[in-house]
Amino acid sequence: MTVHIPSPLRSYTAQHAEVDVTGSTLEEILAALDQRYPGFRFRIITEQDTIRQHIRIFVKEEQAQDLAVALRPDDQVYIICALSGG
Amino acid sequence: MPRSTTTVAPQPAIGSVTLLIGTRKGAFILRGDRARRTWKLSHPQFLGQIVHHLVLDPRDRRTMLMAARTGHLGPTVFRSPDQGKTWKEAKTTPAFPKAPEGEKGRVVDHVFWLTPGHPSEPNVWYAGTSPQGLFRSDDGGATWEPFSYINDDPQYREWMGTVQDGTPDGPKLHSIIVDPRDPAHLYFAMSGGGVHESVDRGKTWTTLVQGMDVVEGFDAANIAVHDPHCVRLCPSNPDRLYQQNHCGIYRLDRPSNQWVRIGKNMPERIGDVGFPMVLHPRDPDTAWVFPMDGTGVWPRVSPGGKPAVYKTRNAGQTWARLSKDFPKAQAWWTVKRQAMTADAHEPVGLYFGTTSGELWGSRTGGASWTCIARHLPEIYSVEAAEL
Repeated sequence: MTVHIPSPLRSYTAQHAEVDVTGSTLEEILAALDQRYPGFRFRIITEQDTIRQHIRIFVKEEQAQDLAVALRPDDQVYIICALSGG
Repeated sequence: MPRSTTTVAPQPAIGSVTLLIGTRKGAFILRGDRARRTWKLSHPQFLGQIVHHLVLDPRDRRTMLMAARTGHLGPTVFRSPDQGKTWKEAKTTPAFPKAPEGEKGRVVDHVFWLTPGHPSEPNVWYAGTSPQGLFRSDDGGATWEPFSYINDDPQYREWMGTVQDGTPDGPKLHSIIVDPRDPAHLYFAMSGGGVHESVDRGKTWTTLVQGMDVVEGFDAANIAVHDPHCVRLCPSNPDRLYQQNHCGIYRLDRPSNQWVRIGKNMPERIGDVGFPMVLHPRDPDTAWVFPMDGTGVWPRVSPGGKPAVYKTRNAGQTWARLSKDFPKAQAWWTVKRQAMTADAHEPVGLYFGTTSGELWGSRTGGASWTCIARHLPEIYSVEAAEL
């Protein structure tokens, strides 16, 4: 599936705005992203496995509340830096 | 306590001074000439990242560590092996343990403080975080683990309080100090949560708050309400510590456990509230502070809008005002606890950065001052290094 990367995270992805990874849950694709781009996951997911305060992740235009969200191969995942004041 | 001995004061430095500047919008390196007269500012590094601390490893004078995060992205540590030319992110960064299912665990908001380890432990670094946590790296900053038991100890957690109990941008663990005579002898401080000492490499800690005042109406017996802003150990006498506290300026001469409020000797109209505490590299009786208004709603700006550094040459018995070359009025400066430092030259060079983005320096121990950089972002930390 395709993961859309916001500009603050593109230093990890060699400036790629879209990255293809495989996984059946949000947790799995984040693990895959972190394996490919070390450090990526912790910038957006806390040590308590929660999505950071000013990060949003959308799957099928639904905002993910946790990492257990199930994914299908043709899903689009958007990682968004929240417009949290400025 | 380790056996009391005084170390030999090092010889004055003679090389050029480089200032490592952490700001709310990135890191800057300001390189001076040998005379400390002309300065050249680097382009920003990690522009847009919130850099709380940028520190050179004095053991190899090449490695730098940077504590960073952004407004959106979580905290991390970057490491440079070549004096800031190239950077690599830590493989694991300071983080609290995952809480058991059904319990709420803590989350590191930012890495606030970095301290290189003892010279006999060349790859060791310590880090303090917000909310308060103590972490250690044994591999030069590449990976980090919680250090000691305090992060999860019920008593320490009570003293740390909640996010609401700390400074407005989060409670902080800071002033991690390694005794230059003994790598097992450590201090740290928490805002809030007091000063703490270990003589067994962090296996056990004791509180060190006797003599420290607290905000009116609170009980000084409650460690949680003690708010040390910055604690420093004298390089030339490791049995002496100075402290700038929310409630005054203090000195502690070990083996005594009793802090003495030397800020009582400051002019009453100035008070003895501030954030930084700066010590002379060779004279344990000489120290500098940057007083800020602590009255009313705690404005934390230069009293009366007239900035001044205050210096003692007799361990706090008397203080002298140093304000030559500063604006004489309408200058409402705030200097954060990591944003003032000294070099090791003779005369000692002093440097501080303001939250309004000015960097001031003195080649004369504070007798005269020059603005050596301006228009920077809000300055969080300034460290003087000899590369």
